[in-house]
Amino acid sequence: MKLLTHNLLSSHVPGLRPGGGFPLRIEAAEVRVRPVPFNAAFVSRLVPRLRWEALREAAESLGRPSELPPEPLPDYEADEEFLRRLHHVLLEVEVLEGSLQCPDSGRRFPISRGVPNMLLSEDQ
Amino acid sequence: MKKLKLKELESCLQQVDTFESPKLLLEQYATRPHIAACMLYTIHNTFDDIENKTIADLGCGCGMLSIGSAMLGAGFCVGLDIDADALEIFHSNIEDFELTNVNMVQCDICSLSDTMSDTFDTVIMNPPFGTKHNKGIDMIFLKTALQMAKTAVYSLHKTSTRQHIQKKAAEWEVKMEVLAELRFDLPASYKFHKKKSVDIEVDFIRFSAKKVQN
Repeated sequence: MKLLTHNLLSSHVPGLRPGGGFPLRIEAAEVRVRPVPFNAAFVSRLVPRLRWEALREAAESLGRPSELPPEPLPDYEADEEFLRRLHHVLLEVEVLEGSLQCPDSGRRFPISRGVPNMLLSEDQ
Repeated sequence: MKKLKLKELESCLQQVDTFESPKLLLEQYATRPHIAACMLYTIHNTFDDIENKTIADLGCGCGMLSIGSAMLGAGFCVGLDIDADALEIFHSNIEDFELTNVNMVQCDICSLSDTMSDTFDTVIMNPPFGTKHNKGIDMIFLKTALQMAKTAVYSLHKTSTRQHIQKKAAEWEVKMEVLAELRFDLPASYKFHKKKSVDIEVDFIRFSAKKVQN
């Protein structure tokens, strides 16, 4: 699971208050870093749509020093260094094993071989 | 971005591993490489809804549509499916094709709340048609897809349901365009069917996701 995927995922445990399912807390047992071809145009387009605080928290929770500023830099479109750092955090860092925890309900969803399993059990 | 010809795309998609033991109750079958290639080619060349876009593939199965999207220059693709075995095949396909911008999530589309609104540029899918004790599932997939997509949803639906879908699209205030009429041959579901497969007419439809967008 890449951090871009994590930034898009919400818990859908029934009965949560609005927004109570995001962001899922990452508990990582195995993390992999793998190079991915850099696409500046794509990363730049993503910036206004990312939930920035959640992304920073996620990066920090993976034990990585925070490579991201508190907010996207102004004129980020032209700032290749910033875009490369963002690209790295979003696409090159993957959680292979671990779990995602719903912030409101505490329900845990396992991540196995890089795939989060968001299936709710029968009683939910 | 490399310009891929339709025939090249189709050839590549023929290498995608498909279901070994498809689960009929989940209506599992791989979208045929020819159909997938034509769909994706149209989405890319006519509407520019693939290159550098974020794409969700609902009911991705072995990933035919996601893989094709990645080949046409999608920025990032996420495949969603309920079945771990299908995702296993998808996973190995991603490794075989050495794709680095594809992820997958195991979940039940029918129980996704609307908390994932506007999370992807485009949704591309071949949803279950609702022929296996799961009537109405095609509309659930469609509704969820329309919530998740910012720009457009591309989907396949039985031609026989077209009027019903048109009514729903009007209700949801989304624009609907039938891009092509296709013939599918689906694996037969019952042991007593004489033929090995069943021919059905299918619409390839584009839905504009939102009525107002900045």
